[in-house]
Amino acid sequence: MYAVEMVNIVKRFPGVLANDHVTVRVKKGEIHAIVGENGAGKSTLMNQLYGLYHPDEGEIFINGEKVVIRGPKDAIKLGIGMVHQHFMLVDTLTVAENVVLGSEPVKGLNFDMKKARQEVKELSEKYGLFVDVDAKIEDIPVGMQQRVEIIKTLYRGANIIILDEPTAVLTPQEVEELFEIMRKLKNDGKTILFISHKLHEVMEISNRITVMRLGKVTGELETSKTNPKEIARHMVGRDVVLRVSKEPHEPKDVIFEIKDLVVKDNRGLTAVNDVSFNVRKGEIVGIAGVAGNGQTELVEAITGLRKIESGHIYFEGKEVAGFTPRQLRELGMSHIPEDRLKHGLIEEFEAYYNIILGQHYRNPFANGAFLNHNNIFKYSEDLMEEFDVRPRKIDHLGGNFSGGNQQKLVVGREIRTNPKFLVVAQPTRGLDVGAIEFIHKQILKMRSLDVGILLISMELEEIFSLSDRILVMYEGEIMGEVKPEETTIEEVGLMMTGHRIEEARRG
Amino acid sequence: MRVLEAIFLVFINPLFYKITLTAATPLIFASLGGVYSEITGVVNIALEGIMLLGAFTSVVFTWLTGNVWIGVFMAVVSGVALAWFHAWGSIKWAGNQVVLGTALILIAQGITGFLMEPIFGKPGQTDFVGKVEELRIPGLADIPFLGKIIGETSPFVYMAFAAVAFSWWLIYKTKLGLRMRSVGENPEAADTLGINVYGIRYFGVLMSGVWAGLAGAYLSVGEVGHFRELMSGGRGFIALAAMILGNYNPVGAMLASLLFGASSAFANQMQSSSLIHVSATVKPLFDMIPFILTIIVVAGFVGKSHVPKADGVPYEKEA
Repeated sequence: MYAVEMVNIVKRFPGVLANDHVTVRVKKGEIHAIVGENGAGKSTLMNQLYGLYHPDEGEIFINGEKVVIRGPKDAIKLGIGMVHQHFMLVDTLTVAENVVLGSEPVKGLNFDMKKARQEVKELSEKYGLFVDVDAKIEDIPVGMQQRVEIIKTLYRGANIIILDEPTAVLTPQEVEELFEIMRKLKNDGKTILFISHKLHEVMEISNRITVMRLGKVTGELETSKTNPKEIARHMVGRDVVLRVSKEPHEPKDVIFEIKDLVVKDNRGLTAVNDVSFNVRKGEIVGIAGVAGNGQTELVEAITGLRKIESGHIYFEGKEVAGFTPRQLRELGMSHIPEDRLKHGLIEEFEAYYNIILGQHYRNPFANGAFLNHNNIFKYSEDLMEEFDVRPRKIDHLGGNFSGGNQQKLVVGREIRTNPKFLVVAQPTRGLDVGAIEFIHKQILKMRSLDVGILLISMELEEIFSLSDRILVMYEGEIMGEVKPEETTIEEVGLMMTGHRIEEARRG
Repeated sequence: MRVLEAIFLVFINPLFYKITLTAATPLIFASLGGVYSEITGVVNIALEGIMLLGAFTSVVFTWLTGNVWIGVFMAVVSGVALAWFHAWGSIKWAGNQVVLGTALILIAQGITGFLMEPIFGKPGQTDFVGKVEELRIPGLADIPFLGKIIGETSPFVYMAFAAVAFSWWLIYKTKLGLRMRSVGENPEAADTLGINVYGIRYFGVLMSGVWAGLAGAYLSVGEVGHFRELMSGGRGFIALAAMILGNYNPVGAMLASLLFGASSAFANQMQSSSLIHVSATVKPLFDMIPFILTIIVVAGFVGKSHVPKADGVPYEKEA
């Protein structure tokens, strides 16, 4: 008997096929994990089960009956509850108020606060979900906020509970507590959908696993009959092989170095923990890892966008921790950011302004307070020619280029500053094969010009084909350093899921 | 010394307190309107325009029917109508709420100015059309001092305080109030719980039309019995300052309105003091007191009061 069946679900967003004929079957009373890298389409799928999105094609069955879920209200009626990755709580209301919101107990015309508190207390005690019913959400820790979210689903009588990346925001101890709660819920007959990309968690808590990659299901596994290696293979995929030929190149002196770097994320948790490495001129150092393991914070710290807690950053032997992005650029650092729309370019600006961003204040683009548009136009035409940006219109708005051409604009802008050290994050995310090849060639060209390059990527193929050395990052720490010709994807995959190099070598 | 003596005399005169209450009354109504709209997440600077239209409409209908209460009722209707445009533009079409509000103020000024000639045959100011009489409460009116303040005053004053009590109850003690507050803080969360975010926001904005319409009616038929062009005179903005100072809470907004009312009453009483001579040149300085207070309040308290997190942010559902 299946509690949930989602059959041949197709969901399109403009330009993206988020779910491509996805079928998931979840048995009653099991903990079913849905794993895949960021962007694999897991959350999109779950949002359709909860009625926040509507599938373009496909059918949903709950307890064997075909249903149409028009909105969260329908989902709640069907006994589905969802704990979102970003909590859906009202900060200024109390725990009890948040739990009952939308299905409030009333006494005459009044909202019955007493009954609300009492019901929340009962649920909290029944499942060991400790919460302070009268505290405001803004005053309680993240772990408790998550328990409030779980109580919210139980209050509405949910029998099917979706937990979307519930461990992402938790400390290891809180994760253990959450697993304890999940087991209790399971013993009580609840069905749990557990979304994650952390393999050891999936191995520990789930009964069955559906693996997704790029919007498709790539594997359906019994947890007891599989291992992290096999899951990783389904997750990362082996079918995409893309390798540009790489000439041997002798690296020179160290251009960039970090020592004992510690960085915190926006929630104040340690995201980069005691990381040290260096990059030499004419060398590409790749950082592999599953998204969300501290890479973003590492890049932001290196490029001056995020303050560091402790440690050192050296550029050509000189301490540069605390430098602003402009100071770092003037020293010869360039940055191709991981999110081209958020940090790479301004969608509402013409291509020529996007091309000079970061150099807009100095010659030849500016004389004092005034922009020199003739020089800006000339430079932009040259750059778009050199980097084959299409359409070749310098007054085309940034947001109107395709993803690949936007990336070419950003890559061209950063490379044309003639950097000594280049930080490249996710340079080919979402690009087609041709654009990927072009950008890879540009990066290798910089290497041959003795530029030091730090490459951060979730794509193992990209890391393997470009890097001279590979560092694997997991939960903010470096698991080990390997050379691409002396390792395997499996070995790096194991390190990506939390095994240190010595363990990974043992298999 | 004469100035200090004059100030002292103002403060022991019951008239000062009575004027404080009457000056605060339109601010209380209008700031309540602000609270309803903004706790659900819609910035409503159109209050000024809604008040002006309400003041005009109540005079027109009082003049047509001879019954001031029909005039007051029609002020509420006109307020809701103008507020509906604000709701429609800012909720349905996710428009910029400040621009929309400004446009509605200008429209209200234009309509009321334009209709003066065709309806009353002259621009500027209408004749006296009738006003809501003061209400004398037997017993209360006979108490010394206090009786002179609240024993015999406009029914609008009592209505304002009743409205505050009602609003406090609605916002903090009913499930509708809980939903209003949730929608202004985190509409996405409310949506995932099956709450109709748009519906609640419409309710908040339309209610702001009710209260600001009443505020307008008070200015014309409630206080003077005629309409004058632009007679709202910036009170809609002072009401917004009162709402901020009052931390988006009906009781807080009332207390802040009383503070602004007191500053008006003080300016008014000082100017008519026989102890000091206020020349025509200095008079505008006294009239500025409530506005200077507004600047201090807005500059000093904006950062400290808790602004609803989604205030001014249109809610747009995804696919």
